[in-house]
Amino acid sequence: MTSSYVRPHVPNAARLGLAKSPTGIKGFDELTGGGLPSGRPTLVTGGAGSGKTQFGLEFLVRGAEDFGEPGVLLAFEESATDLADNAASLGFDLPALEAAGGLVVDAVHIDPAEIVTTGDFDLDGLFIRLAAAVQSVGARRVVLDTIEVLFAALDNEAIVRAEFARLLRWLKDQGLTTVITGERGREGQLTRFGIEEYVSDCVIVLDHRVRDELATRRLRIVKYRGSSHGTNEYPFLIRDRGLMVWPLTEVALSYGASTERVSVGVPELDDMLRGGVYDGSAVLVSGTAGTGKTTLAAQAVEAACARGERALFVSFEESPDQIVRNMRSVGIDLGRWVDAGLLRLWGERATAFGLEAHLDRFEQLLDETTPSVAVLDSVGSLTHVGAGAEVTSTISRELDLLKSRGITAMITSLIHEGQGESSAAAVSSLIDTWILLRNSESDGERNRLLFVIKSRGTAHSNQVREFRMTDNGIRLLDVVVGPTGVLTGSARARQVAETGAAVATRGADLERRRLAFDRRAAEVEAEIALLRERLAGQRAELESLAVETERDDSARTALQASIARQREHARAAGGLGADERGDRT
Amino acid sequence: MTTDPGAPASPTDGTYHLRLYVAGQSPKSVRAVENLRRVCEEHLAGRYTIELVDLVEHPHLARGDEIIAVPTLVRKLPEPMRRIIGDLSDTEKVLVGLQLREDRSGP
Repeated sequence: MTSSYVRPHVPNAARLGLAKSPTGIKGFDELTGGGLPSGRPTLVTGGAGSGKTQFGLEFLVRGAEDFGEPGVLLAFEESATDLADNAASLGFDLPALEAAGGLVVDAVHIDPAEIVTTGDFDLDGLFIRLAAAVQSVGARRVVLDTIEVLFAALDNEAIVRAEFARLLRWLKDQGLTTVITGERGREGQLTRFGIEEYVSDCVIVLDHRVRDELATRRLRIVKYRGSSHGTNEYPFLIRDRGLMVWPLTEVALSYGASTERVSVGVPELDDMLRGGVYDGSAVLVSGTAGTGKTTLAAQAVEAACARGERALFVSFEESPDQIVRNMRSVGIDLGRWVDAGLLRLWGERATAFGLEAHLDRFEQLLDETTPSVAVLDSVGSLTHVGAGAEVTSTISRELDLLKSRGITAMITSLIHEGQGESSAAAVSSLIDTWILLRNSESDGERNRLLFVIKSRGTAHSNQVREFRMTDNGIRLLDVVVGPTGVLTGSARARQVAETGAAVATRGADLERRRLAFDRRAAEVEAEIALLRERLAGQRAELESLAVETERDDSARTALQASIARQREHARAAGGLGADERGDRT
Repeated sequence: MTTDPGAPASPTDGTYHLRLYVAGQSPKSVRAVENLRRVCEEHLAGRYTIELVDLVEHPHLARGDEIIAVPTLVRKLPEPMRRIIGDLSDTEKVLVGLQLREDRSGP
């Protein structure tokens, strides 16, 4: 038994004084709030091969070994050797237990062919045998398997009925906790001879049915006087370590919630999830075929092992070698973690066993590996095994197992093309983070897209991202949005190229304009220089003219002076001609 | 298998070894003992032995001969072993059970 098994809420009856005797059958005592009613008979009925004898055997063996209550097995159908073999298949050593004084096995051989009844009789022989056996080991528990044989063997049913009722009274008086097994009767009848009417305290029905070519065992508590009990059918399993009943998910919703984040091994995805997923949460990776679900899961395992944590990778589709090889092709080397003892790869065809057997195996793997991250690849394969509802309940139990142990779960689920997201929706309520992978077909190519559909307690990114499998594992690319949405593959490349070209063109244009400006500026400068030059020339001309003018003026002044002097001379000689010459100058 | 008084089938010369299991001195037990003695005297005179076992005194013996009901008459010999459960009040049935019926109606 695993100590980490989560005990569900124990019904009140256990505390209100109805004493119960634990069976030690895993899951059953949780279901009934403590086991079978102490000191009272319980009827366990079912068809051939439904496991009722095993139920009785485990009740006795666990009672003697774990609860200090020796027992007596009164077997009417099987020989002591057969019983020992039967018990050995459950991992119990009956002869050793007998030798140790914890058990008496009395195989009652009744051959109707050699028995004739005549007149009145009673079953004192049986009482005496039973009493002797009970006394010899101080038994507290008794199993009568299957007492109905008496009804068939002894042809006076009235006497057998009366004696059976007396036997039950005697067992109660002795305070013996008793399991009486019965053969399932015809439609509507719990037992072939209606002995359920004598056993009023507790009635359990075991069922072994085949549906969709899958054999499943179910246990149902029909009646439990004075105690609350679930009325559902619970799957149970006959294992090599005893029986096991799977209580439905009452155990759920009591796990602690970590606030620690765990990387999923792809940095960009961690960013989308604001730092990874919560430690111990459940991640569903769903997608159509070839979208990279397994690779994404392997990446998470790789990351966990790289942190030095233990991981479990259960594959229903590939063998361990195949997984190692395939992941190596994308640069994820799982082999080294297997060698380092950090990673357990487990490959198993889902169809090899029933769902309960699968669950049992899974729990055993968890016990052995104690991983911090576990991958189930892929749970869709389980639908080959059982009907939808059963698969869903199996997956939810798996998630229960993982969550109750605080293991971060990564389960992958195959969605069929055209089926949409509905197939994964059945379990989505149990999932904390749901990553959807999808193929996007455009421009004659298929590209992979990744969405985070939900992530509880996380302000996750709403982006659709393209992801690529590179030689170094998975890479998420930055978003490129084109006129028709997110672009992928070559469309993305083209968009990137076009954007680049546009930038380049604008750059060249600017350069050209700059050059043109520079050229224009040079031209203007040249013109300015030319004008300046011309201006300087004009100034020089002007100055020379001024000089010339000044010289002329002084010459004229000198002339006028000489003329004046001459006029004075002429005035002295009288004449008008001097005025005419003066006007012309 | 039937026994032929004229040609003994067992090394015991056809002697019937009978064992009657009872529990205490109940009326059923007493009736069974009386009925057995009567039948034997009438049909097996001189070639039978009766062993009476009280399971209240010897409880462990119940297991050896696979006794569940009382009274039970066990025919140890001749083989095969036969059991007759009840107070043996129906003589016809006792004779059939001991396989003496066919003997009488035989050759």
